[in-house]
Amino acid sequence: MVLIRVPPRRPHFDKILIANRGEIACRVIRTAKKLGIRTVAVYSEVDADSMHAQLADEAYCIGPAQSSDSYLRIDKIIDICHRSGAQAVHPGYGFLSENAKFAEMLAAEGIVFIGPPASAITSMGSKSESKNIMTTAGVPCVPGYHGTNQDPDFLLSEAQKIGFPVLVKAVHGGGGKGMRTVHSALDFKEALASARREAQKSFGNADVLVEKFVTRPRHVEVQVFADTFGNAVSLWERDCSVQRRNQKIIEEAPAPGLSPELRTDLSEKAVAAAKAVNYVGAGTVEFIFDKDTEKFYFMEMNTRLQVEHPVSEMITGLDLVEWQLEVAAGNPLSLSQSEIPMVGHAFEARIYAENPRNDFLPDSGRLLYLSTPEPTTIFAPALPPALAVTSDSLSLVQTMPPPRVTPSVRLEQGFGVGAQIGVFYDPMIAKLVVHAEDRTAALRVLRKALDDYKVVGVSTNIEFLRTLAGHQAFIAGDVDTGFIPKHREEFFPPITDPGVEVFAQAALFVVLRERTSLTQSPWSSLGARRFNGDALKRTIALQADVDGAIPSTIAVTTLGPNLFDVAVTLSSGVETVYAFVSAHLLSPTELVATLGLRACRTTIVSQTPPAHAAASAVHSTMERLHIFADGERTSLVLPSPTWLRTLGGDGLGAGAGALRAPMPSLVVEVKVGVGDIVEQGDAVIVLESMKTETVLRAPRAGIVKAVGCAKGEMVEEGKELVDIEQSEEA
Amino acid sequence: MAFEHETFPRGARRYNVSVLPSLVSTSSPEFQAKARAMEKLIAEFDEKTAKVRLGGGAKAAERMISKGKKLPRERLSLLLDPHSPFLELSSLAAYDVYPGESVPGAGIITGIGRVSGRECIIVVNDATVKGGSYYPLTVKKHLRAQEIAREHGLPCIYVVESGGAALPHQANVFPDREHFGRIFYNMAQMSALGIPQIAIVHGISVAGGAYVPAMADENIIVHEQGHIFLAGPPLVRAATGEEIDEETLGGGQMHSSESGVTDHLARDDEHAITIARGIVADLGSAGGRMVEPPQTPDAPLYLASELHGIVGTDLRQPFDMRDVIARIVDGSRFREFKKEYGSTIVTGFANIHGYPVGIVANNGILFSPSALKATHFIQLCSQRKIPLLFLVNVTGYMVGSKAERGGIAKDGAKMVRAVSCADVPKLTVIIGGSFGAGNYGMAGRAYSPRFLWMWPNAKVSVMGSGQLSQVMQQVSRDPSQHTSLKAEIEAQSSSLYATARLWDDGILKPMDTRDAVGLALALSARERGVTHRTTWDGNGVGFGVYRM
Repeated sequence: MVLIRVPPRRPHFDKILIANRGEIACRVIRTAKKLGIRTVAVYSEVDADSMHAQLADEAYCIGPAQSSDSYLRIDKIIDICHRSGAQAVHPGYGFLSENAKFAEMLAAEGIVFIGPPASAITSMGSKSESKNIMTTAGVPCVPGYHGTNQDPDFLLSEAQKIGFPVLVKAVHGGGGKGMRTVHSALDFKEALASARREAQKSFGNADVLVEKFVTRPRHVEVQVFADTFGNAVSLWERDCSVQRRNQKIIEEAPAPGLSPELRTDLSEKAVAAAKAVNYVGAGTVEFIFDKDTEKFYFMEMNTRLQVEHPVSEMITGLDLVEWQLEVAAGNPLSLSQSEIPMVGHAFEARIYAENPRNDFLPDSGRLLYLSTPEPTTIFAPALPPALAVTSDSLSLVQTMPPPRVTPSVRLEQGFGVGAQIGVFYDPMIAKLVVHAEDRTAALRVLRKALDDYKVVGVSTNIEFLRTLAGHQAFIAGDVDTGFIPKHREEFFPPITDPGVEVFAQAALFVVLRERTSLTQSPWSSLGARRFNGDALKRTIALQADVDGAIPSTIAVTTLGPNLFDVAVTLSSGVETVYAFVSAHLLSPTELVATLGLRACRTTIVSQTPPAHAAASAVHSTMERLHIFADGERTSLVLPSPTWLRTLGGDGLGAGAGALRAPMPSLVVEVKVGVGDIVEQGDAVIVLESMKTETVLRAPRAGIVKAVGCAKGEMVEEGKELVDIEQSEEA
Repeated sequence: MAFEHETFPRGARRYNVSVLPSLVSTSSPEFQAKARAMEKLIAEFDEKTAKVRLGGGAKAAERMISKGKKLPRERLSLLLDPHSPFLELSSLAAYDVYPGESVPGAGIITGIGRVSGRECIIVVNDATVKGGSYYPLTVKKHLRAQEIAREHGLPCIYVVESGGAALPHQANVFPDREHFGRIFYNMAQMSALGIPQIAIVHGISVAGGAYVPAMADENIIVHEQGHIFLAGPPLVRAATGEEIDEETLGGGQMHSSESGVTDHLARDDEHAITIARGIVADLGSAGGRMVEPPQTPDAPLYLASELHGIVGTDLRQPFDMRDVIARIVDGSRFREFKKEYGSTIVTGFANIHGYPVGIVANNGILFSPSALKATHFIQLCSQRKIPLLFLVNVTGYMVGSKAERGGIAKDGAKMVRAVSCADVPKLTVIIGGSFGAGNYGMAGRAYSPRFLWMWPNAKVSVMGSGQLSQVMQQVSRDPSQHTSLKAEIEAQSSSLYATARLWDDGILKPMDTRDAVGLALALSARERGVTHRTTWDGNGVGFGVYRM
């Protein structure tokens, strides 16, 4: 039996505005294009050349880089809607997506907000209100006491009611301060006292709350969808347990190891939650799932399309943005719950500009090189609707026979080569989505795709994700939110020196790339031709990209147009000789070389220092080679010749007193002026990058000779900001 | 069909009638024996050349390295574009010439190579050999490189580190027309002709040697390493009593900031060479431009290695020069001219590395018809502006009453006149013998071919040793004299003897022939801002770049 649909269908909008940037803006634009809807992009000044602005039919600049001056400016966005004639606004995620005021103001202007009603945003935006609504609707919440009674005995009795372990948490707390995990009644009072003391000291308020502590929690969330006719369905759940810095990096659907009953229960509760707030559009109900008890508790509801929505799309064969547009246009959901498929397994890996070894701190910079795995699909490949046995049933019904799943790779990216990542906005570069018939197959496809994902210009988590996707515990589905800390040692084995082969390949690359465009003149076509048994031998120095690395030397002797002898002498003195190496470049970044009997294909990308950076012993002023071989990335440095480094001293401030921008950043404050006397270690410049401030300090005592930047200026990596001349008496 | 047109743009070449056949049996015992003999000889030459490339030996090299200097050949490698050929000249110069003295390569490395995309003559003093001082043959090798530069309009880069003339040899170095002074005369005139002169001073550049950087259009000196002065500190003390050290007297800092003798001050050798490469990149239209070949180059159809067994080392064994041509020219295509007439000389058109060339090759003794045919062919090439390649294996012109009555003297003279005055570049490769007047008719050294190379087995002398014996028996009665003279001439006619004295531009291995000739043809084809003039005074050319 099939639901009777409400005729007639209402038409789509003719034109929508996307109040976002990056991959999500591109994602929305693609679906709009598919449906013949014209799109309007908005962009900040620094995003003028960005992909989303180019992809849209129209694009408008809405202000400077700072989001508060551009992407968060409701007035400007409404103005652009009027100017462009956009009938609706898709907010994406982040920025204004969960801003009730924005939804209200759009409505007041007669513009449709593609999202839930403002009331639902408000209800779900408040932690306490949402919990009350959920409890009323029968959705389980984390048991706890959130009241004003702070009597220790009372709190202990509450804790006993909840059941140990419990969490004692400062009401005004944050950052782990004033928080204690208590495993038994015996420890409770002492822990409580200590938490209160800390809370008082840190927040000036000693009030605490007591909650059930889940020892091994999983983050499981349900994708729900509701229309304006009161229909709501679940598009099944996702598992997003593996997190770092409390942020998701890998998500999957369906969640591994859930029984069908549990899945049904989760979905029912999520739909109930949505219905309780008269939800409309795409939403996500997040649960904490206790691995030990298999109980789940409502955490919060996200009233937007989530970053990880593609995994749900892949297993259901649906286009959620298309559904959002349908619902916003006033049409009912096109499938009933029983018709929603759940086929295969999908993963999403988030590619971030960050440094996993340095506590996953965000990185920023320009994408110098980008080579991605070949996507096999743009949208989720369509799946046949599940065969409904009973109408409106939440129990999953497999189509018979189950459709074959062709492995697919999907890429959601918003940035191309040349784009600046992470200076003003989120450092996520792209999302890699895979789908295959089961979890094991999907992980295999993911690992291969990650092997093929190469980025130069910023540090990324690609290698980390690759390690993660190959980790036994992860493959086994044994995940919880503590997964990364638990396996830290295995994820970050000690860094080893680059291998001999890497040096040989890099040196061959250096030699081969200098071959200029071949012409027919023998002076070009004969290459390094020598006569009477002579041969060109070049010695190339390369060193690992770590401080204090000693260069290794590689002698490359040209035997013929594509034939070389390569002798690598590592800094340790160990010598390895590869004779008769056949090597050539397939492209400016791809080397094919036969080392020993193995023909290897290696991607090598050169990263040159900024042209204005004076040469010095610092690696950032030298050329770097990034070598991608066998799924591993190695960075080597071509040390600048001595003469170049000594020449650096001639230029302005290239000496020991020069301070350079360590990354592209915004100058927040210039604390000195020309002629000022500074002591070593004095704060001189404050920079901001990736929402993190960096203070540059005087490298030596002296007099400020030159200041090369001003407050509010954007500076490139390597730019000389201040030069400090050593004072006479020093 | 369109593809065929691209490959063979000219009508005649669309048919393979011009492809030479190969009738060589590589498995025959004679072929094998000849190949073995040639390979042995080549190995001997390779060994000698490899040793010469080490310059003045490990100790001298060590000394340079310890001073933070690059070795002469390292300087050369750094100067050249990394993926470009280097056509070295006369690497075995001065080999076994100076009794009791080893002067590898005459203490100087010369050749043609690409710098910043432009072909240049490069002259590198080898300071590991006698401090880079000039022996008579050093001067000769330096002048020969300048001659090639002038003929082809190639910018000159002098990589200087030399104590000047080798004083014990001053009589054969200093006074004559083709001696030391000619170096600077050439520099001045080439500069005036628009051929850039660039010098890098890596070490001492004293007395006469000081004029190399001083005469250069643009120069570089290495800080605390290069020194330029007319007289060194000891001589200064002797002459004027002034006590002064090298750096103050003629160091880079002084010359770059005070005297203005140098234009660029470099931190070290590598820096100096980087500056030099920058200078060449900024030569503008001076120094000419490479011209691409008019036809797509094609490899020969047959293996070059077979040349060894075809020619061998015994000059008395005849071979068909067409078998040599077939292994040198593009696609082994050779459009032969007057094939049936005067068959002891082979003439015809071909392409090497895409450049058209007219080939004159010997297939036996020169008779009147052969000489006339060659003369005719040289005129054809001269009219068509197609460079000439002489592949030499000649015992001479025919003798005897029949030949004399047939006017062999005047027919031979016609050929010599044609060769002398042909208005196209000539290249000569001596593949076998080059004897007697045959040497003249086949563009010997005296006929100023742009390049002249000898194969390791080649010989050059007034007549073959066999003939010589007969002549000697007739003119002299003392048999002991016969044998000693014969042995002497035998030794003097060898390619090693010839190359050591710069009678050629170097020994060329058979398998290197195609590429070397191709490079030379490409040089001949260069577009040059310079016009040929035979006299200087009264021609209105004027001066080059004065150093102010």
